Amino acid sequence: MIRIFGWNEFLVIVMAAQWTIALSAIAFAGGSVGGLLIALMRVSEVRAFRLFATGFIRVFQGTPLLMQLFLVFFGMNIFGFAINPWIAATIALALHASAFLGEIWRGCIEAVPKGQGEAATALGLRYYHSMRHVILPQAIRIAVAPTVGFLVQLIKGTSLASIIGFTELTRQGQIINNATFSPFLVFGTVAAIYFLLCWPLSLVARRMETRFSRATAR
Amino acid sequence: MNMVSEIASAPAARGASDPAVRMEDVNKWYGSFHALKNVNLTVGRGERIVICGPSGSGKSTMIRCINQLETIHSGRIVVDGHDLTPGGKNVDLIRQETGMVFQQFNLFPHMTVLENCTLAPMKVRGVTKAEAEETAMKFLRRVRIPEQAAKYPAQLSGGQQQRVAIARALCMNPKIMLFDEPTSALDPEMVKEVLDTMVDLANEGMTMLCVTHEMGFARSVADRVVFMDRGEILEVATPDTFFSAPQHERTRFFLGQIS
Ligand SMILES: Nc1ncnc2c1ncn2[C@@H]1O[C@H](COP(=O)(O)OP(=O)(O)OP(=O)(O)O)[C@@H](O)[C@H]1O
Ligand SMILES: [Mg+2]
Repeated sequence: MIRIFGWNEFLVIVMAAQWTIALSAIAFAGGSVGGLLIALMRVSEVRAFRLFATGFIRVFQGTPLLMQLFLVFFGMNIFGFAINPWIAATIALALHASAFLGEIWRGCIEAVPKGQGEAATALGLRYYHSMRHVILPQAIRIAVAPTVGFLVQLIKGTSLASIIGFTELTRQGQIINNATFSPFLVFGTVAAIYFLLCWPLSLVARRMETRFSRATAR
Repeated sequence: MNMVSEIASAPAARGASDPAVRMEDVNKWYGSFHALKNVNLTVGRGERIVICGPSGSGKSTMIRCINQLETIHSGRIVVDGHDLTPGGKNVDLIRQETGMVFQQFNLFPHMTVLENCTLAPMKVRGVTKAEAEETAMKFLRRVRIPEQAAKYPAQLSGGQQQRVAIARALCMNPKIMLFDEPTSALDPEMVKEVLDTMVDLANEGMTMLCVTHEMGFARSVADRVVFMDRGEILEVATPDTFFSAPQHERTRFFLGQIS
């Protein structure tokens, strides 16, 4: 029995985009917290923190996202948790995002001139206030564009969660395709939805990049 | 503006009895490079010290050790009675009591002039915003730029930025001011306005250690001139003696080069 790819099938795919968005959002939120920690550890004066953060970044940058998903997914089982694609995908993507955002933000923190931290220290500001009020606000300006750029990568990366059985946009497409066997229509639709999610973000990133380069040129 | 008359007389106790800064046999290395070699210097309260010497001689390193922007490897530094031996607990206290002015100003570019001045008093001393702003305006008036309070550093000239940096340091009510070539990054026409501000400060009785090659300033303001070369203090003398009868060959060579 082959179903026809009609309005209903189209809507089912569109609705699945909400899971892609949700997974991206949660992974990005988790990755932001983790990424800030990793970035701060990476620029820390404590050697052990630096080593840990460097290792963490190396591992996640040096292995495919799909393997990270597999390891978390099957690893959870080994450590006695019930297999749950949702939780596995969220954890794996958040860790992945932590590593990449950590590396991006480390560069942004280091791009703030050394004299800024020295001036803060000389005024008696300690680590927290110096970071919070002097270093990070300046780093954030530099970080916005590459961060949005990474978010686009992350959204596209969530499609891999389909392989561990998480029903988001790509997996919903596969399911519909199995029933309708109209791969061109189905995956054309899926691709178009990814594009509509990512393209505006790319535009925003580019706009911010030019705005920032203009601001620093002054 | 009558800053001079506010604190008319020079401070009474100048000398070694109750020093603002005492450095004893201070040594510092950058890797294998011996940056400070057995540095001994005692700075009395209210004393104005000018430090000069060739590039790379360790002038910046020395004054940065006083507020622990650099740590020393051996010896002892006592600031305002607080021992600064490495690992000591007095570092935060010392940093609050010493103000520092940098060659590159190092104002916080994302904050207005006023915010630059109020940040540390609010976060470190815990004073209220209103109080911090009042103090900030007082010092901005003293450095003669109260009208720039709402601007961002990038909107000011170099000389104005450096005066803001001085005001920002003063807002913490420091007992000692450290200057690291405060006029070296300035266009020539702006040097005077910054030096004038520093003269005012000296006249108020502030203890000052000032790395500078402005020999006019050294002559008119310094109580003593310190000459450094290759990580050592070669000569400490009153400006008169320093300029008219330098003891050391290398000092004479240096003075010949800069004048
Ligand atoms: N962080 C550092 N790492 C390695 N070497 C350093 C460091 N900071 C300074 N040095 C070296 O220590 C020596 C003294 O430097 P310092 O900045 O104190 O000299 P200076 O007298 O202030 O010179 P200048 O007039 O150029 O400012 C120089 O040879 C410099 O190269
Ligand atoms: Mg220097």
